[in-house]
Amino acid sequence: MIQAHDSLIVLILGRGLIPVTQLFGLYVLFSGQQGPGGGFVGGVILATSMLLSLLIFGTDASQSRLAHRALHGDGVGLLLFVFVGGLCLIGGGEVLNYAALEIPGLDVAARRYLGIVLTQIGVALDVAVTGVSIVFSLSASNGDSHA
Amino acid sequence: MTFAFEIPLLVLLILTAASAMLVKDLVSSVFILGSYSFFLALVWAWLGAVDVAFVEAVVGAGLATVLFLLTLFGTNPKDTRLRRPPTPWAAIVGLPLLGLLLMYGANGLPEFGDPASPASTHVSPVYLANSLKDTLTPNVVTSVLMDYRSFDTLIETAVIFTAGVACALLLRRDQG
Amino acid sequence: MLELVGAWLLRPNVVAFVILFLSGFYIMVTHHNLIKKVIGLYILQTSVIFFLVAFSAKTGATVPILLPGADPVDVGLYTNPLPHVLTLTAIVVQVATLGVSLALVSAIYRQYGSLDEDEVGKRLE
Repeated sequence: MIQAHDSLIVLILGRGLIPVTQLFGLYVLFSGQQGPGGGFVGGVILATSMLLSLLIFGTDASQSRLAHRALHGDGVGLLLFVFVGGLCLIGGGEVLNYAALEIPGLDVAARRYLGIVLTQIGVALDVAVTGVSIVFSLSASNGDSHA
Repeated sequence: MTFAFEIPLLVLLILTAASAMLVKDLVSSVFILGSYSFFLALVWAWLGAVDVAFVEAVVGAGLATVLFLLTLFGTNPKDTRLRRPPTPWAAIVGLPLLGLLLMYGANGLPEFGDPASPASTHVSPVYLANSLKDTLTPNVVTSVLMDYRSFDTLIETAVIFTAGVACALLLRRDQG
Repeated sequence: MLELVGAWLLRPNVVAFVILFLSGFYIMVTHHNLIKKVIGLYILQTSVIFFLVAFSAKTGATVPILLPGADPVDVGLYTNPLPHVLTLTAIVVQVATLGVSLALVSAIYRQYGSLDEDEVGKRLE
Protein backbone atom coordinates (compact mmCIF):
# COMPACT_ATOMS: atom_id res chain seq x y z
CA MET A 1 0.00 0.00 0.00
CA ILE A 2 1.68 3.21 -1.17
CA GLN A 3 0.46 6.61 0.03
CA ALA A 4 0.48 9.72 -2.14
CA HIS A 5 3.60 11.86 -1.99
CA ASP A 6 3.15 15.07 0.02
CA SER A 7 5.47 17.35 -1.96
CA LEU A 8 3.79 19.69 -4.46
CA ILE A 9 6.88 19.74 -6.70
CA VAL A 10 6.82 15.96 -7.07
CA LEU A 11 3.08 15.92 -7.79
CA ILE A 12 3.25 18.56 -10.53
CA LEU A 13 6.45 17.19 -12.08
CA GLY A 14 4.96 13.70 -12.12
CA ARG A 15 1.86 14.94 -13.94
CA GLY A 16 4.07 16.23 -16.75
CA LEU A 17 6.63 13.42 -16.70
CA ILE A 18 4.33 10.40 -16.99
CA PRO A 19 2.98 11.08 -20.54
CA VAL A 20 6.53 11.81 -21.74
CA THR A 21 7.71 8.51 -20.30
CA GLN A 22 4.86 6.65 -22.03
CA LEU A 23 5.66 8.31 -25.35
CA PHE A 24 9.35 7.47 -24.97
CA GLY A 25 8.49 3.85 -24.17
CA LEU A 26 6.39 3.56 -27.33
CA TYR A 27 9.18 5.19 -29.37
CA VAL A 28 11.79 2.76 -28.00
CA LEU A 29 9.45 -0.18 -28.63
CA PHE A 30 8.86 0.66 -32.29
CA SER A 31 12.38 1.89 -33.10
CA GLY A 32 13.91 -1.38 -31.94
CA GLN A 33 14.58 -2.47 -35.51
CA GLN A 34 16.51 0.62 -36.55
CA GLY A 35 18.45 1.37 -33.39
CA PRO A 36 18.99 0.20 -29.82
CA GLY A 37 15.79 -0.67 -28.03
CA GLY A 38 13.07 -3.20 -28.63
CA GLY A 39 10.42 -5.15 -26.78
CA PHE A 40 12.19 -5.73 -23.48
CA VAL A 41 13.36 -2.13 -22.95
CA GLY A 42 10.14 -0.61 -24.27
CA GLY A 43 8.09 -2.82 -21.98
CA VAL A 44 10.12 -1.86 -18.93
CA ILE A 45 9.84 1.87 -19.76
CA LEU A 46 6.05 1.50 -20.15
CA ALA A 47 5.99 -0.29 -16.77
CA THR A 48 8.09 2.54 -15.29
CA SER A 49 5.54 5.13 -16.42
CA MET A 50 2.81 3.23 -14.57
CA LEU A 51 5.07 2.77 -11.52
CA LEU A 52 5.70 6.54 -11.45
CA SER A 53 1.97 7.18 -11.05
CA LEU A 54 1.80 4.50 -8.34
CA LEU A 55 4.76 5.94 -6.41
CA ILE A 56 3.73 9.60 -6.78
CA PHE A 57 -0.07 9.55 -6.45
CA GLY A 58 -0.46 6.36 -4.37
CA THR A 59 -2.06 3.05 -5.26
CA ASP A 60 -5.66 4.15 -4.75
CA ALA A 61 -5.55 7.46 -6.64
CA SER A 62 -7.56 7.94 -9.82
CA GLN A 63 -4.31 8.63 -11.70
CA SER A 64 -3.25 5.01 -11.04
CA ARG A 65 -6.26 3.46 -12.80
CA LEU A 66 -4.10 2.49 -15.78
CA ALA A 67 -1.84 0.35 -13.59
CA HIS A 68 -4.86 -1.41 -12.06
CA ARG A 69 -6.31 -2.05 -15.50
CA ALA A 70 -2.95 -3.31 -16.78
CA LEU A 71 -3.07 -6.10 -14.21
CA HIS A 72 -6.04 -7.63 -16.04
CA GLY A 73 -3.80 -8.04 -19.09
CA ASP A 74 -1.50 -10.53 -17.38
CA GLY A 75 -0.55 -13.13 -19.96
CA VAL A 76 -1.95 -11.29 -22.99
CA GLY A 77 1.57 -10.56 -24.28
CA LEU A 78 2.61 -14.20 -24.04
CA LEU A 79 -0.63 -15.21 -25.80
CA LEU A 80 0.08 -12.72 -28.63
CA PHE A 81 3.56 -14.21 -29.05
CA VAL A 82 2.18 -17.77 -29.18
CA PHE A 83 -0.63 -16.63 -31.51
CA VAL A 84 1.86 -15.30 -34.06
CA GLY A 85 3.76 -18.57 -33.79
CA GLY A 86 0.53 -20.49 -34.41
CA LEU A 87 -0.30 -18.35 -37.45
CA CYS A 88 3.04 -19.42 -38.94
CA LEU A 89 2.04 -23.03 -38.28
CA ILE A 90 -1.26 -22.48 -40.13
CA GLY A 91 0.62 -20.93 -43.04
CA GLY A 92 2.56 -24.13 -43.55
CA GLY A 93 5.87 -23.32 -41.88
CA GLU A 94 7.47 -24.14 -38.55
CA VAL A 95 6.48 -22.40 -35.32
CA LEU A 96 7.67 -18.75 -35.39
CA ASN A 97 8.97 -19.02 -38.95
CA TYR A 98 7.54 -15.65 -40.00
CA ALA A 99 8.17 -16.32 -43.69
CA ALA A 100 5.09 -18.57 -43.60
CA LEU A 101 2.70 -15.81 -42.46
CA GLU A 102 -0.13 -15.78 -45.05
CA ILE A 103 -0.32 -12.07 -45.88
CA PRO A 104 -0.96 -11.25 -49.55
CA GLY A 105 1.13 -8.55 -51.17
CA LEU A 106 4.20 -8.92 -48.98
CA ASP A 107 7.42 -10.68 -49.92
CA VAL A 108 9.30 -12.91 -47.51
CA ALA A 109 11.55 -10.22 -46.00
CA ALA A 110 8.61 -7.89 -45.31
CA ARG A 111 6.69 -10.75 -43.67
CA ARG A 112 9.61 -11.44 -41.38
CA TYR A 113 9.81 -7.69 -40.57
CA LEU A 114 6.11 -7.70 -39.67
CA GLY A 115 6.52 -10.82 -37.55
CA ILE A 116 9.32 -9.14 -35.59
CA VAL A 117 7.11 -6.08 -34.94
CA LEU A 118 4.18 -8.19 -33.70
CA THR A 119 6.26 -10.35 -31.37
CA GLN A 120 8.06 -7.25 -30.01
CA ILE A 121 4.64 -5.85 -29.02
CA GLY A 122 3.85 -9.16 -27.30
CA VAL A 123 7.11 -9.14 -25.34
CA ALA A 124 6.62 -5.48 -24.34
CA LEU A 125 3.09 -6.15 -23.04
CA ASP A 126 4.26 -9.17 -21.06
CA VAL A 127 7.24 -7.37 -19.50
CA ALA A 128 5.22 -4.22 -18.66
CA VAL A 129 2.40 -6.13 -16.98
CA THR A 130 4.82 -8.35 -15.06
CA GLY A 131 6.77 -5.33 -13.78
CA VAL A 132 3.60 -3.64 -12.49
CA SER A 133 2.35 -6.93 -11.03
CA ILE A 134 5.57 -7.59 -9.08
CA VAL A 135 5.48 -4.05 -7.64
CA PHE A 136 1.84 -4.51 -6.59
CA SER A 137 2.74 -7.81 -4.92
CA LEU A 138 5.72 -6.37 -3.04
CA SER A 139 3.81 -3.30 -1.86
CA ALA A 140 0.73 -5.25 -0.72
CA SER A 141 0.75 -5.43 3.06
CA ASN A 142 -1.08 -8.02 5.15
CA GLY A 143 -4.37 -6.33 5.93
CA ASP A 144 -5.51 -4.26 2.99
CA SER A 145 -6.97 -5.52 -0.26
CA HIS A 146 -6.54 -3.90 -3.60
CA ALA A 147 -5.75 -4.90 -7.17
CA MET B 1 47.58 -1.30 -25.35
CA THR B 2 45.36 1.76 -25.21
CA PHE B 3 43.52 1.68 -21.92
CA ALA B 4 43.08 5.44 -21.47
CA PHE B 5 39.62 5.52 -19.92
CA GLU B 6 38.70 1.84 -19.81
CA ILE B 7 40.75 1.12 -16.70
CA PRO B 8 39.13 3.96 -14.65
CA LEU B 9 35.70 2.62 -15.65
CA LEU B 10 36.58 -0.88 -14.48
CA VAL B 11 38.08 0.53 -11.25
CA LEU B 12 34.88 2.53 -10.60
CA LEU B 13 32.85 -0.63 -11.20
CA ILE B 14 34.89 -2.62 -8.69
CA LEU B 15 34.86 0.28 -6.17
CA THR B 16 31.05 0.55 -6.25
CA ALA B 17 30.73 -3.23 -5.87
CA ALA B 18 33.14 -3.17 -2.91
CA SER B 19 31.28 -0.32 -1.20
CA ALA B 20 27.96 -2.11 -1.72
CA MET B 21 29.66 -4.99 0.07
CA LEU B 22 31.14 -2.97 2.97
CA VAL B 23 28.44 -0.39 3.73
CA LYS B 24 26.56 -1.05 7.00
CA ASP B 25 23.17 0.42 6.10
CA LEU B 26 20.97 -1.58 3.72
CA VAL B 27 19.25 1.43 2.09
CA SER B 28 22.56 3.04 1.14
CA SER B 29 23.77 -0.35 -0.06
CA VAL B 30 20.79 -0.54 -2.43
CA PHE B 31 21.48 2.95 -3.80
CA ILE B 32 25.15 2.09 -4.34
CA LEU B 33 23.97 -1.01 -6.18
CA GLY B 34 21.97 1.28 -8.49
CA SER B 35 25.10 3.30 -9.28
CA TYR B 36 26.97 0.01 -9.83
CA SER B 37 24.37 -0.95 -12.45
CA PHE B 38 24.84 2.43 -14.13
CA PHE B 39 28.62 2.03 -14.36
CA LEU B 40 28.03 -1.47 -15.73
CA ALA B 41 25.81 0.07 -18.43
CA LEU B 42 28.64 2.52 -19.28
CA VAL B 43 31.12 -0.36 -19.56
CA TRP B 44 28.78 -2.23 -21.91
CA ALA B 45 28.25 0.83 -24.07
CA TRP B 46 32.05 1.03 -24.34
CA LEU B 47 32.19 -2.64 -25.35
CA GLY B 48 29.74 -1.92 -28.20
CA ALA B 49 26.77 -3.67 -26.62
CA VAL B 50 24.32 -0.74 -26.81
CA ASP B 51 21.19 -2.87 -26.46
CA VAL B 52 22.50 -4.58 -23.33
CA ALA B 53 23.61 -1.23 -21.89
CA PHE B 54 20.11 0.19 -22.50
CA VAL B 55 18.45 -2.77 -20.77
CA GLU B 56 20.85 -2.61 -17.82
CA ALA B 57 20.38 1.15 -17.37
CA VAL B 58 16.58 0.82 -17.38
CA VAL B 59 16.14 -2.52 -15.63
CA GLY B 60 19.14 -2.75 -13.29
CA ALA B 61 19.40 0.86 -12.18
CA GLY B 62 15.66 1.56 -12.32
CA LEU B 63 13.37 -1.39 -11.70
CA ALA B 64 15.69 -3.45 -9.46
CA THR B 65 16.27 -0.47 -7.14
CA VAL B 66 12.50 0.09 -6.85
CA LEU B 67 11.94 -3.58 -5.99
CA PHE B 68 14.69 -3.54 -3.31
CA LEU B 69 13.34 -0.31 -1.79
CA LEU B 70 9.74 -1.58 -1.71
CA THR B 71 10.90 -4.67 0.18
CA LEU B 72 12.98 -2.55 2.59
CA PHE B 73 10.09 -0.15 3.29
CA GLY B 74 7.92 -3.09 4.29
CA THR B 75 10.32 -4.04 7.09
CA ASN B 76 11.11 -2.58 10.50
CA PRO B 77 14.32 -0.42 10.54
CA LYS B 78 15.78 -2.46 13.42
CA ASP B 79 15.69 -5.59 11.27
CA THR B 80 17.70 -4.02 8.47
CA ARG B 81 20.63 -3.18 10.75
CA LEU B 82 23.48 -5.52 9.84
CA ARG B 83 25.06 -7.84 12.37
CA ARG B 84 28.73 -8.51 11.65
CA PRO B 85 29.70 -11.96 12.90
CA PRO B 86 33.35 -13.06 12.54
CA THR B 87 34.18 -14.19 9.02
CA PRO B 88 34.45 -18.00 8.83
CA TRP B 89 37.97 -19.23 8.09
CA ALA B 90 36.63 -21.37 5.22
CA ALA B 91 35.68 -18.15 3.36
CA ILE B 92 39.07 -16.53 4.04
CA VAL B 93 40.95 -19.54 2.68
CA GLY B 94 38.51 -20.81 0.07
CA LEU B 95 37.60 -17.66 -1.84
CA PRO B 96 41.20 -16.63 -2.75
CA LEU B 97 41.84 -20.23 -3.79
CA LEU B 98 38.76 -20.11 -6.03
CA GLY B 99 40.00 -16.80 -7.44
CA LEU B 100 43.44 -18.26 -8.19
CA LEU B 101 41.81 -21.22 -9.93
CA LEU B 102 39.70 -18.91 -12.09
CA MET B 103 42.71 -16.73 -12.94
CA TYR B 104 44.73 -19.82 -13.84
CA GLY B 105 41.96 -20.84 -16.24
CA ALA B 106 42.02 -17.34 -17.79
CA ASN B 107 45.21 -18.31 -19.64
CA GLY B 108 43.30 -20.58 -22.01
CA LEU B 109 40.71 -17.96 -22.96
CA PRO B 110 41.02 -15.74 -26.06
CA GLU B 111 42.58 -12.30 -25.58
CA PHE B 112 40.35 -9.29 -25.04
CA GLY B 113 39.11 -7.87 -28.36
CA ASP B 114 40.52 -10.69 -30.47
CA PRO B 115 38.63 -10.67 -33.82
CA ALA B 116 39.60 -14.30 -34.51
CA SER B 117 38.28 -15.71 -31.22
CA PRO B 118 36.10 -18.84 -31.59
CA ALA B 119 32.97 -17.02 -30.43
CA SER B 120 33.27 -14.43 -33.22
CA THR B 121 34.01 -16.78 -36.11
CA HIS B 122 31.49 -19.60 -35.73
CA VAL B 123 27.89 -18.50 -36.34
CA SER B 124 27.71 -14.75 -35.76
CA PRO B 125 29.13 -13.73 -39.21
CA VAL B 126 26.14 -15.49 -40.81
CA TYR B 127 23.71 -13.37 -38.78
CA LEU B 128 25.62 -10.16 -39.54
CA ALA B 129 25.77 -10.88 -43.27
CA ASN B 130 22.14 -11.93 -43.75
CA SER B 131 20.11 -9.82 -41.31
CA LEU B 132 19.39 -6.89 -43.62
CA LYS B 133 18.69 -9.13 -46.64
CA ASP B 134 16.45 -11.60 -44.80
CA THR B 135 14.44 -9.40 -42.46
CA LEU B 136 15.00 -5.72 -43.49
CA THR B 137 16.21 -5.11 -39.92
CA PRO B 138 19.49 -3.16 -39.53
CA ASN B 139 19.71 -3.89 -35.78
CA VAL B 140 21.17 -7.40 -35.80
CA VAL B 141 20.49 -7.92 -32.10
CA THR B 142 16.74 -7.48 -32.65
CA SER B 143 16.63 -9.74 -35.69
CA VAL B 144 18.54 -12.54 -33.92
CA LEU B 145 16.46 -12.10 -30.76
CA MET B 146 13.06 -12.04 -32.47
CA ASP B 147 13.57 -14.03 -35.67
CA TYR B 148 16.54 -16.39 -35.82
CA ARG B 149 16.29 -17.41 -32.16
CA SER B 150 12.70 -16.44 -31.35
CA PHE B 151 11.83 -19.77 -29.74
CA ASP B 152 14.40 -18.98 -27.03
CA THR B 153 12.75 -15.59 -26.52
CA LEU B 154 9.30 -17.21 -26.31
CA ILE B 155 10.42 -19.40 -23.42
CA GLU B 156 12.13 -16.43 -21.70
CA THR B 157 8.84 -14.52 -21.95
CA ALA B 158 7.09 -17.50 -20.36
CA VAL B 159 9.67 -17.40 -17.52
CA ILE B 160 8.95 -13.69 -16.91
CA PHE B 161 5.19 -14.35 -16.86
CA THR B 162 5.71 -17.21 -14.39
CA ALA B 163 7.82 -14.96 -12.13
CA GLY B 164 5.00 -12.39 -11.99
CA VAL B 165 2.45 -15.09 -11.14
CA ALA B 166 4.76 -16.56 -8.48
CA CYS B 167 5.12 -13.16 -6.77
CA ALA B 168 1.36 -12.70 -6.71
CA LEU B 169 0.85 -16.21 -5.31
CA LEU B 170 3.42 -15.62 -2.55
CA LEU B 171 2.23 -12.24 -1.33
CA ARG B 172 -1.37 -11.68 -2.45
CA ARG B 173 -2.97 -15.04 -1.75
CA ASP B 174 -5.33 -13.98 1.05
CA GLN B 175 -6.84 -11.10 -0.92
CA GLY B 176 -9.66 -11.14 -3.41
CA MET C 1 55.01 -16.37 -13.13
CA LEU C 2 55.80 -13.14 -14.97
CA GLU C 3 54.28 -14.37 -18.21
CA LEU C 4 51.14 -15.34 -16.29
CA VAL C 5 50.77 -11.71 -15.12
CA GLY C 6 51.41 -10.55 -18.69
CA ALA C 7 48.65 -12.89 -19.88
CA TRP C 8 46.27 -11.33 -17.32
CA LEU C 9 47.06 -7.82 -18.61
CA LEU C 10 45.87 -8.92 -22.04
CA ARG C 11 42.55 -10.01 -20.48
CA PRO C 12 41.39 -7.17 -18.17
CA ASN C 13 37.80 -8.39 -18.60
CA VAL C 14 38.61 -11.68 -16.86
CA VAL C 15 40.39 -9.90 -13.98
CA ALA C 16 37.37 -7.63 -13.40
CA PHE C 17 35.03 -10.62 -13.67
CA VAL C 18 36.96 -12.60 -11.04
CA ILE C 19 36.98 -9.69 -8.57
CA LEU C 20 33.24 -9.00 -9.00
CA PHE C 21 32.38 -12.71 -8.83
CA LEU C 22 34.35 -13.20 -5.63
CA SER C 23 32.89 -10.11 -3.93
CA GLY C 24 29.35 -11.24 -4.77
CA PHE C 25 30.10 -14.74 -3.56
CA TYR C 26 31.68 -13.37 -0.36
CA ILE C 27 28.52 -11.41 0.46
CA MET C 28 26.35 -14.46 -0.13
CA VAL C 29 28.51 -16.71 2.07
CA THR C 30 29.32 -14.48 5.05
CA HIS C 31 26.34 -12.16 5.63
CA HIS C 32 23.37 -13.27 7.70
CA ASN C 33 20.85 -10.72 6.45
CA LEU C 34 18.60 -12.11 3.72
CA ILE C 35 18.33 -8.88 1.68
CA LYS C 36 22.14 -8.48 1.80
CA LYS C 37 22.39 -12.02 0.42
CA VAL C 38 20.09 -11.03 -2.47
CA ILE C 39 22.38 -8.01 -3.14
CA GLY C 40 25.34 -10.41 -3.33
CA LEU C 41 23.40 -12.65 -5.70
CA TYR C 42 22.70 -9.64 -7.93
CA ILE C 43 26.42 -8.71 -8.11
CA LEU C 44 27.29 -12.33 -8.90
CA GLN C 45 24.74 -12.54 -11.72
CA THR C 46 25.86 -9.26 -13.30
CA SER C 47 29.50 -10.37 -13.13
CA VAL C 48 28.69 -13.51 -15.13
CA ILE C 49 26.76 -11.42 -17.68
CA PHE C 50 29.74 -9.04 -17.90
CA PHE C 51 32.01 -12.04 -18.59
CA LEU C 52 29.77 -13.15 -21.48
CA VAL C 53 29.38 -9.71 -23.05
CA ALA C 54 33.12 -9.00 -22.91
CA PHE C 55 33.71 -11.87 -25.36
CA SER C 56 31.69 -10.05 -28.02
CA ALA C 57 34.21 -7.20 -28.32
CA LYS C 58 36.43 -7.05 -31.40
CA THR C 59 39.25 -4.55 -31.84
CA GLY C 60 38.24 -1.86 -34.33
CA ALA C 61 34.58 -2.90 -34.45
CA THR C 62 31.49 -0.83 -33.73
CA VAL C 63 27.95 -1.50 -32.47
CA PRO C 64 26.03 -4.28 -34.30
CA ILE C 65 23.62 -1.97 -36.13
CA LEU C 66 24.25 -2.20 -39.86
CA LEU C 67 25.11 0.97 -41.75
CA PRO C 68 22.82 1.74 -44.74
CA GLY C 69 23.91 0.72 -48.19
CA ALA C 70 26.46 -1.86 -47.11
CA ASP C 71 26.18 -4.81 -49.47
CA PRO C 72 27.86 -7.20 -48.93
CA VAL C 73 28.25 -6.55 -45.20
CA ASP C 74 31.82 -6.26 -43.88
CA VAL C 75 31.61 -8.64 -40.93
CA GLY C 76 34.79 -7.38 -39.24
CA LEU C 77 33.25 -3.94 -38.82
CA TYR C 78 30.62 -5.00 -36.26
CA THR C 79 30.89 -6.67 -32.85
CA ASN C 80 29.56 -10.17 -32.32
CA PRO C 81 25.77 -9.82 -31.69
CA LEU C 82 25.17 -13.29 -30.27
CA PRO C 83 26.36 -12.70 -26.64
CA HIS C 84 24.26 -9.51 -26.61
CA VAL C 85 21.13 -11.48 -27.48
CA LEU C 86 21.80 -14.16 -24.87
CA THR C 87 22.46 -11.62 -22.10
CA LEU C 88 19.62 -9.25 -23.03
CA THR C 89 17.02 -11.83 -22.06
CA ALA C 90 19.16 -12.95 -19.10
CA ILE C 91 19.08 -9.45 -17.56
CA VAL C 92 15.29 -9.17 -17.77
CA VAL C 93 14.85 -12.69 -16.39
CA GLN C 94 17.34 -11.82 -13.66
CA VAL C 95 15.17 -8.93 -12.50
CA ALA C 96 12.02 -11.09 -12.63
CA THR C 97 13.70 -13.74 -10.47
CA LEU C 98 14.99 -10.94 -8.21
CA GLY C 99 11.34 -10.01 -7.70
CA VAL C 100 10.52 -13.62 -6.79
CA SER C 101 13.40 -13.84 -4.31
CA LEU C 102 12.42 -10.53 -2.70
CA ALA C 103 8.82 -11.80 -2.49
CA LEU C 104 10.12 -14.91 -0.71
CA VAL C 105 12.10 -12.68 1.69
CA SER C 106 9.04 -10.58 2.48
CA ALA C 107 6.91 -13.69 2.97
CA ILE C 108 9.53 -15.00 5.45
CA TYR C 109 9.54 -11.59 7.20
CA ARG C 110 5.75 -11.63 7.57
CA GLN C 111 5.76 -15.14 8.96
CA TYR C 112 8.74 -14.94 11.34
CA GLY C 113 9.29 -11.19 11.88
CA SER C 114 13.01 -11.14 11.13
CA LEU C 115 15.44 -10.84 8.22
CA ASP C 116 18.31 -12.58 10.03
CA GLU C 117 18.69 -16.20 8.98
CA ASP C 118 19.80 -17.32 12.45
CA GLU C 119 16.75 -15.68 14.05
CA VAL C 120 14.47 -17.30 11.47
CA GLY C 121 16.12 -20.67 12.14
CA LYS C 122 15.58 -20.26 15.90
CA ARG C 123 11.90 -19.36 15.43
CA LEU C 124 11.40 -22.32 13.14
CA GLU C 125 12.25 -24.78 15.92
